[in-house]
This record gives sequence, structure tokens and C-alpha cells, in this order.
Amino acid sequence: MNIFDILGPVMVGPSSSHTAGAVRIGLVTKKLLGSVPVKADITLSGSFSATGIGHGTDRALVAGLLGMRPDNICIPESFDHAEKAGMAFAFTHENIRGAHPNTALLEVWDNAGRTISVQASSLGGGRIMINKLDGVEINVTAERPALIVHNVDQPGHVAEVTSMLAHKSVNIATLNLYRDKRGGYAVMVIETDQNIPSSSLDWLKRVEGIIKVTCLNLGEEE
Amino acid sequence: MAYHSIEEILQYCKIRNKKFYEAVLEDDMEERKVDREESMKQMYVMWDAMLLASTSYDGSVKSASRLVGGQGAAMEEYRKKGNTLCGDYLNQVIGQALEMGESNACMKRIVAAPTAGACGVLPAVLIPLFRSGQAGHRQIVKSLFVAAGIGQVIASRAFIAGAAGGCQAEIGAASSMAAGALTALKGGSNEQIAHAAAMALKALLGLVCDPVAGLVEVPCVKRNVIGAVNAMTSADMALAGIASAIPADQVFDAMREVGEKMHPSLRETGEGGLAATKEGIRITRTLAR
Repeated sequence: MNIFDILGPVMVGPSSSHTAGAVRIGLVTKKLLGSVPVKADITLSGSFSATGIGHGTDRALVAGLLGMRPDNICIPESFDHAEKAGMAFAFTHENIRGAHPNTALLEVWDNAGRTISVQASSLGGGRIMINKLDGVEINVTAERPALIVHNVDQPGHVAEVTSMLAHKSVNIATLNLYRDKRGGYAVMVIETDQNIPSSSLDWLKRVEGIIKVTCLNLGEEE
Repeated sequence: MAYHSIEEILQYCKIRNKKFYEAVLEDDMEERKVDREESMKQMYVMWDAMLLASTSYDGSVKSASRLVGGQGAAMEEYRKKGNTLCGDYLNQVIGQALEMGESNACMKRIVAAPTAGACGVLPAVLIPLFRSGQAGHRQIVKSLFVAAGIGQVIASRAFIAGAAGGCQAEIGAASSMAAGALTALKGGSNEQIAHAAAMALKALLGLVCDPVAGLVEVPCVKRNVIGAVNAMTSADMALAGIASAIPADQVFDAMREVGEKMHPSLRETGEGGLAATKEGIRITRTLAR
């Protein structure tokens, strides 16, 4: 924790967890989708549902989806901005079982019809955790770049992805593998120390057996 | 490597003959791999954001719940009439604390210090000093390093979130940070800074987090006032040579213990204390409709 986590951040109020953290959840979701969504279905759970409206959590999430950062003074008017940007959104309140008290579930679509679902929680002080992506538990903090690859469970995919990263001089910080059953659907979640070049993402998407590639690079907002 | 105790900071300064703020600044340089100028610049950004938040205050705006808004403006009007109990200067401090707390509640841009709910304490004590010409930008930026260093130690030994340790962890921590910053600004010694930080938190130990309807409004905005005023009295005591009988680190540890023993209904759940009063419940129900 550096001193500017203590004296800072500069943010739009009123709450670092319910406002600043919510903006970051929206922003990370936008980055994972790759563009500002045209449609967003947002579920507020726990304390986000109970006191979220009074804290502007709803407006903060929409602001983030539009690419605003937690210090953007337009956050309170984000609904108007969404309308201008052609982003349709709807909120539902529902408690997600077993989720952190400050949790939101965002299902978003881009104009090409690509969709992702992100379940994320706000941990306090503006820090967040992406708990699930497309229903698979990934638990990444979004403080490091991350690459999430969905593929058919068959030999060689991890080697393909990791050698591509090595070739691009991207160092792996953490790597987790999940699958539903042998030979079924598998997911690898890789956190890295450097951003992942978009050219390698395009290459990955064309590899046989790779179903979906989602990437979170840092410092690319707006 | 961040500091885990005030004692470490004092030792660092003693061995190298440094000021308190330098120990924190040099640690930041090491931690973020930046030079002195870059570290100072980043802190100036924070100070600048505080000043901007203060000048953008709008007394005519109310929060979404309409519970707060306009109190800072009312205070300023009262101050200008003169004949106040606390005197002109302290009334400026009170007004600033209210303004910043209200701006936060009204979704304006503020600087979390250490949290959004406690964002009024540091600006409330620093901005009047700056506006009256008693402190310049550079001095204030240095004092903010002192505040950040104290806050970092509190976060490391205890907590800086109402949900974790009650209001003492937010307004209490902010007050402790502000007391240290003020003592540094007024030329106090490193030891006096530590005593001021200790005395400020001691006075607010046990303060619960009981926001009405779970919103950062009642009593949060007005608690920024007591955090600021308490920082000033603690700094003045320290500058007068009065020591805290309990060293700062042990006060922080006590804050942690008190926070851990605090009932969950008094830790930002909106279920106890003021939130659970008859009027608190009535407001909560009205807002839910």
C-alpha cells in the first residue's frame, strides 16, 4: 500500500467502496469487453443493493462502463451520458448467494454482438476484485494486466499461450487453470507484469481450439 | 518498504538527522521508484485537488437524500457576522470541514484522506492556514507527507475503514494525521509530531460508525468538524511541550483492539447507534420509498 492509497485517491464522493470502487468495476468490465457496451444488464447485490442508490453506485457503474475514471466529475450525470453514447442499461436488485456484500453482476454486449458477464466486488478504499468472468471464478484484482482464455480442454493450449507471452517478453505473475470436465471446456487465467499487445490477442483468437480471448490491460482508459 | 511503526520513522530520522516528512518521502521514492521531485509533485496534485474541491463548494446543493447541504454556507455567514464563541479562525475550520463533507455527500470531487467519509479533516485545518498566509504550498505539501506517513502506520497496525473499526478508524485516523501535519507545519519536533498524532486519536478512541440509512451523511459530515478541531487542540498541546503518556504506536494498537471488540451493528452497517434511533429509522424508511 503506497502513501497515495492513504492520502488519496482523488475521487467523486461519497464512498470509496460504493462509488469509486463501483466506477472501477464498470471500467474494468468495459476494458474486458473491449469497447463501450451498447447494452448492459446490471444486478446489484448485498450492500450495493441496500444502500447503493444513495451512494450513487448505479451511476458510478454506468460511468465506468462509459470509460470514466473515479475522479470524473461527470459521474453523477452518467445516465444522460449513456443515453448520448447509445448505451442501454437496466438494473435489477437480487442477492447473489455467497457473494461479497458489495457485489455487482454486469452482463454487457458490444455492437458486434459479443457478450461477457462480469461479477465483481468492491473491497473498500476503491480496491476491487473480479470474482467471476462468464460464470467462471477468476478472482483477479485488476491491479495487474490479465489474460483470460477459454479453450477446448486438449493438450497444448497452455504451451501456446505461454510461449506467445514469452515471445512478446510479457512476464507471467500468476496462472490458474480451470475446466468443467476432461476434454470439455477449460479456462486459463493469467495475470502478467506487462500489458499484452493486441496483435497477439488477434493471433490467439485464430488458434484452433481457442474459443474466447478476454484481456485486461492497464492504463488504457478513455 | 512501508513503515509499520512511528518508532521506526523516528529512528530513521534520528540516525540520519532527517525531518519526519523526509522519512515518508524517501520511503515513497523507494516504494514507487520515483525521484524526490516526482514524489513531491504527486503530493502537490493531492493538495491542489483539495483546494479545487474547496473552491468548487456550492452551498445551494443538497445531497440526493436531502439530509445534508448548505451547512457550510450557513457557518460562513455566521462567521462573517463576528461575535462567535470559537472565534474567527476556528469558525473557518468548522466551515471548511462541513463544506468538504457536504461536497462528498453531493458527489463532488474530493480527496479521500484517508477515506471519502473523512475527507474534510485535513483540508479543514490546512486551507485556512494557507488562505491566511500562515503556510505556503511547499510547506503544506511537506506536512501532507507527515499526514500520509501517520496514516500508513495506522493502516498497517489497525485499520482505516469504518466497516472494519468504526468511525475512530476514519475520523480518528484523519484527525491523528492532521494533528501530525499541523505540528510539523508549526515547526514542532519529530517527537512532538508523534505526540500530537497519539493525543488526537486517543481523544476519539471508541467512536462508532453509525450512519443513518447507511449513507455517508449523518453524522459523518459533522464528525469531520470534531476531527479537525481535535487535530488543532492536539497539535497545540504537543507544541506546548505536552506529551502523550501512551506512545502513538500503542494508541494505534489500542484502536485496533477497540475496533475489533466493537459490535458489528456499530461498524458501518447502518443498524446501530444513531442509525437505530427513532428518527434514524424514520429517515431510512422515508428514503426507501
